[in-house]
This record gives sequence, structure tokens and C-alpha cells, in this order.
Amino acid sequence: MPPDLKKKDNVNAWLFVLPALLGLFCFVLLPFLLAVVLSFTNLRLGSPLPTEFIGFTQYQRIMTDTAFLHALKNNMLFALIVVPLQTGLALMLALLINHPLRGMSLFRTFFFMPVVFPLSLIAVVWTLLFAPGPEGALNRMLEFITLGIWQPRDFLHDPHWALPAITLTSIWQGVGFQMVILLAALQAIPAELYEAASVDGANKRQQLFYITLPQLRNALIFVVLVTTILAFRLFDQVQIMTQGGPLYATTTVMYETVNTAFASQQIAKGAAMTVVFFTIVLFLTLLQRAIMKQEKVIE
Amino acid sequence: MNKKHLMTVLFVYSTLIGATLVFLTPIGIMLAGSFKADDLVLLEASSLRDFFPAEANLQNYRDVFERVPFLRYLFNSILITCAIVTTGLLVNSLAGYAFARLQWRGKNALLLAVIALMIIPLEAIAVPLFYQVTLLGWRDTYLVQIVPFIANAFSIYLFYTFFLGLPRELEEAARIDGAGLWRTFFVIVMPNAKAVFATVAILTFLTQWGAFLWPLMVTYSETVRPLPLGIASFYTLPPLQWGDIFAFGVMMVTPVLLIFLVFQRWFVKGVATTGIKG
Repeated sequence: MPPDLKKKDNVNAWLFVLPALLGLFCFVLLPFLLAVVLSFTNLRLGSPLPTEFIGFTQYQRIMTDTAFLHALKNNMLFALIVVPLQTGLALMLALLINHPLRGMSLFRTFFFMPVVFPLSLIAVVWTLLFAPGPEGALNRMLEFITLGIWQPRDFLHDPHWALPAITLTSIWQGVGFQMVILLAALQAIPAELYEAASVDGANKRQQLFYITLPQLRNALIFVVLVTTILAFRLFDQVQIMTQGGPLYATTTVMYETVNTAFASQQIAKGAAMTVVFFTIVLFLTLLQRAIMKQEKVIE
Repeated sequence: MNKKHLMTVLFVYSTLIGATLVFLTPIGIMLAGSFKADDLVLLEASSLRDFFPAEANLQNYRDVFERVPFLRYLFNSILITCAIVTTGLLVNSLAGYAFARLQWRGKNALLLAVIALMIIPLEAIAVPLFYQVTLLGWRDTYLVQIVPFIANAFSIYLFYTFFLGLPRELEEAARIDGAGLWRTFFVIVMPNAKAVFATVAILTFLTQWGAFLWPLMVTYSETVRPLPLGIASFYTLPPLQWGDIFAFGVMMVTPVLLIFLVFQRWFVKGVATTGIKG
């Protein structure tokens, strides 16, 4: 290629990437850096005080903030329940759908359907299912199943039941997403592996533990990571179903962050919460990378 | 052996049908409830016998239009989502192409930067971004709901990996025939990259149609608010009428469901693609 054309290409290439890079810089990188800077200040919207650097004060503040500590605890609890349960269910559904039987794509459609529903709508629908009193759908169903032993309760206003209620809603909405990822990974496993195994006399269970699960390793790690990060992003359901209550029982890191920065205009404190949130996400991602790398070394 | 096979089939189907009931019941309650009188929705939601509306009517749907500016929310959602999807496809595909195919200074470093930015979710920058747009005076506009989401690191990455795998011959032939870079991209590359365009379009559409956190933070007038905020505020608008709320829900989800059912293959592919990276 003649040199002048190459130069022109260089200019063209920059025109190709410029809009995207500009957007990423202004609306991802810059706010990200800004979060770190702001978290060391006392910035508050509409405050008459001049903005100044105050070191780690905001971090000290949030680490002694009852609501934020509850939020951290709730997110971890939520992740601890949702991640294994949702991954397990998704794996089970994927394994079932992977059977070469009629109508499997129809089931896949059904299970994936809630994923395309906006979370806000799902939160509203489930609020009705959790309606208090004997006429509430879930209450009545549980009463029917337990033959009348179940005492109806107000799930979303009960400190013991509010978080489990949100957990159930989230699993119902999200499990189809994980299932589809695992299904794709299942279908990518070479059939020869199973043929060889059955020639060697391995039964179905042995095939599951010695072929399927090891082959799904990376997909499973990915699903676990994504679900964990999603668990820490929990916001919509909380905002609509419980507003963080009752008594901090369902508040989350994102819910507190938004309330601090937005409702009470404490930008700096919200920024510090943001940094804590991001540190958690980063830690989880690096953990995943490390586990995946480790496997490559073993190979 | 045959009997064992039959047992397996029975087990698979009965479990799947049971699971289907769990997944479809809440959706069914919403759909059936949207045609029922408001006071019957809650009462009959748990009853198998009364599940289907005895006297189906469209009163709830009429009520939605009377009580809230539904069409406005719908228009806003469509406008915002379409603007992000179309401009996003263009901007991110161009960038992905430049990273995959073109030679330019700074490419490798910037590619690493883009990949690093992929792990920053909106939640991690919502607060400073909120401050930024407040300074810019962008709050409560369409602009603030569109512009920050056009460039997307993950979309660029998806385009980048797709273009890497595309055979070079066609493009080289076009270049030799004297087609410029832009022409090559729009006439040769784009038509051969429908799969990745569909994937990115669907993933972007899904995310944006359901967007809740960001619009909640930056908008306060009904004139620019999208559907998810519409249903959240409708739900708290007294009197609490479940029939109306469900009618709103049905109308809100129908466009997505239709698109989903028609392009299902692409949805599933798109989501599965997100699992392949990493």
C-alpha cells in the first residue's frame, strides 16, 4: 500500500473510533475518576459551604452509617442465597431442556420470558402476589399446600420475610438468563466425549460428573460471577417493593447510594459509597479471572 | 432399558411442566387481571376457579389512558430506546472495526482501556454522572437519557471480536477495486455482519427498555419519563386499582414480548454470547 494511503487510513481510523472513545471518556471514565475525587470532598448540592478536600472522612462516615452497613450485609446475604440457588436451578433447567425431546424450545421460551420483562413491572406484579392477608395469592397458595397450617403474613412489611420475598422475585426473573448461557455451553460440548464415555461403560451420572460439569466449568464460573455482580446491583425491586424497609431489612448498597446522593443531595458521601461498590465488583471480577487463568495453567 | 427411557421422559416433562406453571402463573395473573374489575383482581388471583375473568372488559385499559399519560411514556420509551440503539450500533461498530482491522497509533493501548471499562456498570458511576449532568444543566431532558449510553465498551468488544473472525478477502477485494474505507465498511462489511448487529441491538434494547435507576435520578417531569417510571408512579397513585396497573403492565411489555417472540433466536444467541467472553 502506498504510504500516502496509509496516512489517510490512519486519519480515517481515528474518525472511526473518535465518537465511541469520546463517549466512553465523558460518560464512563470521567465519572469514574470523578467518583474517586469527589469521595474525598464534602460536596453537597445546594450547600452554602465551599467544597474542600476532607480526606477519608466520607469513608469513615459510611463505615459507621447504620443504613449502609445494613445495606452491605443485605447485599451479601442476598448474593449468598441467590447465587447458588439461581445457578443450581439454571443448571437443572438447562440439563432438562438439553434432552433431545419434542417441545424443548417451547420450554426455553417460557423460562426465558421473564428476562425480557422490565424489572419495574415484575416488581409491581410480585407485590400483588405477596399481598398480605388470607386473600393474598401466595398466602392462599401456601395455606392450601400446608392444609391450613400456614398463617397468612404481610411478606413485604415483615422484617424476616421482606428480603426472601425480593430474593424469590429476583430468581424468578433472572434464572432464564443463566439457563440460556449454560444451555449454550452444554450444546458446545463435543458429542464424541459422551460416545467415548459410554463405550467405556460410564453411566449417566458418571458422565454428568466427569464430562458435563468439568466442561461447563468456565460457563459456570461466568454465571456465578455475573449473578454475584447483579446481586450487588440490586435496586429496582427494592425501590418499588419495599423502599429498603422494614427497618433496613431490604436496603441495598445501590439503594443507599442513590438515596444519599439524590434524595439528600450528599454527592460526596454517595461517591464514597460508589467507590466501595466498585471495589466489590472489581474484586469479584479479578477473582473470576484468577480462577479461569488457573484452569488454563492446569491444562 | 425402554422402561427406563420412558421414566426419564416422564420425569423430564413433568418437571418442565411444573416449572412452566411457576414461570407463567404471575404473567397469567397479570394478563387475566387486566380484564377484570379492579376489586376482583386480588381476590381472584389465588383462585383456580376464578382465574379467567368472568366478564372480560376493556375498562381497565380505558382507565389507564384516562388516569396517566400512557402514550407519552410509550413515546418517550420508544424515542429514547431507538435513539440509543441506532446511534449506538453505528458508533460502536465503527470503533470495533477500527480496532479489528485498521492500523493506527495507540490502538493496542486503547483497546485494553476499552476492555477495562467493560467492568464498570452504570451503578458504579451513577452518582458522579448525576453530578456531571447537573452541572451541564441536562437534567429532565431526553438528551440526558440518551447521550451517556450511546458509546458502550461491551458493544465495541462484541463488534471487535466479530470483525476479527470475519474473512478479510471481501474487504481486500473491495479496496483493490478502489473502494474507500467508509464505502468498504458500509457496503461490504455491514451486510456480512448482520448477526453481531442483531445481537448488539437486542442487548441494548433490552437494557434500555427496562432502564429505571438512571431516569429515576435525572428526570422529574412526566413529559420525558419512560414507561418503567410510569408504572412505578402509577402503582403508587391512589386509588390502588390492580386492574388498571395490570392493563398498564400488559401494554408496557407487549412490544418487547412481540419483538422477543419474533427474534427469539437472536435474543438467545445474544445472551449466550455474553457468556462466551471472559
